[in-house]
Amino acid sequence: MKYSWTEFGEGVRIATQALKANRLRSVLTTLGILIGVVVVTVIISVIQGMNTYVTGELSSLGTDNVFVSRYPWMITSWEEWLRVRKRPRIEKEHFEFLEKYVTLAEAVVPEVATRRTVKYRTEDLGGVFIYGTTDKYMVSSNAMPEFGRFFTDNEIHHRRNVCVIGWEVADKLYKNKDPVGKRIKIGGQSFRILGVMEKRGQMFDFSMDNNVMIPYTVFLKVFGKHRSLDIQAKALSPEVVGELKDELEALMRRARGLRVGEESDFSVNEQSQLLEVYNNLTKVLWIVLIGIGSIALLVGGIGIMNIMLVSVTERTREIGIRKALGAKRRVILWQFLVESMFISSIGVTLGILISIGLATLVKQVSPIPVNISAWVAFLGIGFTISIGIFFGLYPASKAARLNPIEALRYE
Amino acid sequence: MMIELKDIKKDYHLGLETVHALRSINLNIDENEYVAIMGPSGSGKSTLMNLLGCLDTATEGTYCLNGSDVSDMNDDNLAEIRNREIGFVFQNFNLLPRASALHNVELPLIYNGTPSSQRHGLAAEALTKVGLGDRMQHRPNELSGGQRQRVAVARALVNNPSIILADEPTGNLDTRTGDEIMDLFETLHDGGNTIILVTHEEYIAEHSDRIIRLRDGHIERDEAR
Ligand SMILES: Nc1ncnc2c1ncn2[C@@H]1O[C@H](COP(=O)(O)OP(=O)(O)O)[C@@H](O)[C@H]1O
Ligand SMILES: [Mg+2]
Repeated sequence: MKYSWTEFGEGVRIATQALKANRLRSVLTTLGILIGVVVVTVIISVIQGMNTYVTGELSSLGTDNVFVSRYPWMITSWEEWLRVRKRPRIEKEHFEFLEKYVTLAEAVVPEVATRRTVKYRTEDLGGVFIYGTTDKYMVSSNAMPEFGRFFTDNEIHHRRNVCVIGWEVADKLYKNKDPVGKRIKIGGQSFRILGVMEKRGQMFDFSMDNNVMIPYTVFLKVFGKHRSLDIQAKALSPEVVGELKDELEALMRRARGLRVGEESDFSVNEQSQLLEVYNNLTKVLWIVLIGIGSIALLVGGIGIMNIMLVSVTERTREIGIRKALGAKRRVILWQFLVESMFISSIGVTLGILISIGLATLVKQVSPIPVNISAWVAFLGIGFTISIGIFFGLYPASKAARLNPIEALRYE
Repeated sequence: MMIELKDIKKDYHLGLETVHALRSINLNIDENEYVAIMGPSGSGKSTLMNLLGCLDTATEGTYCLNGSDVSDMNDDNLAEIRNREIGFVFQNFNLLPRASALHNVELPLIYNGTPSSQRHGLAAEALTKVGLGDRMQHRPNELSGGQRQRVAVARALVNNPSIILADEPTGNLDTRTGDEIMDLFETLHDGGNTIILVTHEEYIAEHSDRIIRLRDGHIERDEAR
C-alpha cells in the first residue's frame, strides 16, 4: 500500500496536538537547539564579516607590492628571532642598487618612518608619521598630491628640506590656510611644504592621512643613519609578483655580496603573507567555534532524544491502539519524527531570530559587517532538522517497533 | 471456512521457564458465527484472541484467515490484515483520550487511506448505528463507560471487517450497560457479522450460538447451543 496523504496528515496532527499538550516542556527542550543555532550562525557570520573586512583592508596594501625588509613580517619562533635579529641594516646603497637593476618593477621606493610631533608657529600636532621616501611613493601607494607637488629627484639628491604633508596634518595644523609654501618644523628642522596629499582614509583603525613625506636622504641625515630602510617594489603586473620576488632576492644577494649557499640576511615580504597569517588565525578560531557549536547542538539533540523517549513511553498505549487498528511501522515512525522535527524547528526559528538581533548589534558596535546571509540560515535550518531527525529516529523507531499486545497492556 | 487454526501452539518464555499458553489448538469458525470463548483465568483466552486478531503470531501451527495463511506474516502485513479484517472491542475500551469520538472512529479509515471527505461520513454513520449520533464531538472522558464502549464498537465496525473480536467487552461495565452492549452485538450478528467474544460470565456467553471452553491451553469443550 502506498504512503497516503491521510497518514501524513494524521502524523502532523498528532505531533501538533502532542506539542500543544506539553507546551512548556517543548519550549524548554528547544533551548539547547536554539543556543546551538545562535552560536553557529552568529559565529559563521562574524567570521565572514571579519574576512570581508580584513581582506578589504589588506588589499589596500596592494596585491602587486613586494617588500624587501631587514626582518620577515612573521616571526613564528624564538629561534627564528635569534637567527634574524643580528641581520645588517638595509642601506641607501642597497636601494640604489635595486632601483638601478630591477626589471620587473614599475617602481622601487625606499621607506623609513618615525613618529614625531610637528609644529607650525605656535601650533603643534603629536604622533605624526614621518616617512622618508622618493617621488615614486606616488606610484607605489597609488596616491597623488591634491594641492601643490611632490618633491623631485633633484631635491632628493641635494637633500633639500622639503616635504609633502598628509591631508589630516594640513587640516589640523593649517586649518583654513593654504599650507603650500608654508614652513613646518619636524625634529628641530624647518621644512618647506611643497604639497598636500589627497585624502586616503583609514586602514583598519589607522589613519593614512596623518603623515609627512620627506626625501629619504634628508630623513637619514636628520633622524640618523642607523635606521634600516624598507624597500617597496611595485610589480609591472600582478602576474609577475612571484618573479619579482625572485629577482629582488637575487639582486639583494648581489648587493650584499652573498655567496652561493649562504643564507639571505634580509627578507622579501608580500601582502599575501599577512593574509596567510590572518587565515591561520581564523582557522584556529573556526575549529574552536565549530567545536562549541557542535557541542551545543549535540546537547540540544540529546535533549530532544530524551524528551522524545519520554513522549514515546507516555504514549505507549496510544501506539498500541494505533497499531491494533492497522497503523504500520512507518506511520508511527513518521508521527514521532514529525514531532521531533517540530521541536527542533521551533528552536531553529527562535535561534535565527535571536542571531539576526545579535548580528545587528555587532554591526552597530564594531566595524565588522556582520550579516546573517541566507545560506547560513539555510545551513542552520538544514542542520537542525537533520538533528531533529537524527535524534528523533531512535525514539521513533523504538515506538514503531513496539509489540502491539505489550503496548496495549501498558499502564 | 473463515477461520482455520491447525495445531496452534503458543509458548511464552520467562527466563528459563516456558509457559505453554496454548497447546495444540484446532479450531474452525465460519462466517456469521457468534462464538463465546470461556475458561478460567490463565487458561489462554486472551492469548487465543490475540492470535485470532493477528496481534501476535503462534509459536507453531498454521492460521488461515479467509483463505490466506497469516502464520508467518511480518508486522506491517499483520497491521494491514488487522485493519481490513478485524474489529477490536477491548475490556478497557482503548480509545484515544485526546481525540473526539468521531476521530476515534475514523482511525481505522485513516490507516487504510480513506480520503477525509468519505471518512467523516462513514464514521458518523457508524456512531449513529450505535446510538451516539449526538455525541460525535465528545471526548472519551466526557462519555459514560457504556458510551465509550459503544464508540469502540462503532470503531470496530466502521471498516466493515470480517470479524469482530471482543475481549471481555462488558468486564468494566455494570450489568445494565453491559446488556446494552450485548444487544448491540446481537444486532450486528443479525446483520451478518461474525462475532467472537471472550467472557467468563455464563449469562454473557448465552448470547452466543457456540461456546468454546478452554482449560490450560486446551479446548476442553466446543459446543453449539
Ligand atoms: N506476555 C506474556 N508473557 C508470559 N506469559 C504470558 C504472557 N501472556 C500470557 N501469559 C501466560 O499465558 C497463560 C495464558 O494467559 P491469558 O491468555 O492471558 O489467559 P486468560 O486471558 O485466559 O486469563 C497464563 O499462564 C499467562 O500467565
Ligand atoms: Mg484475559
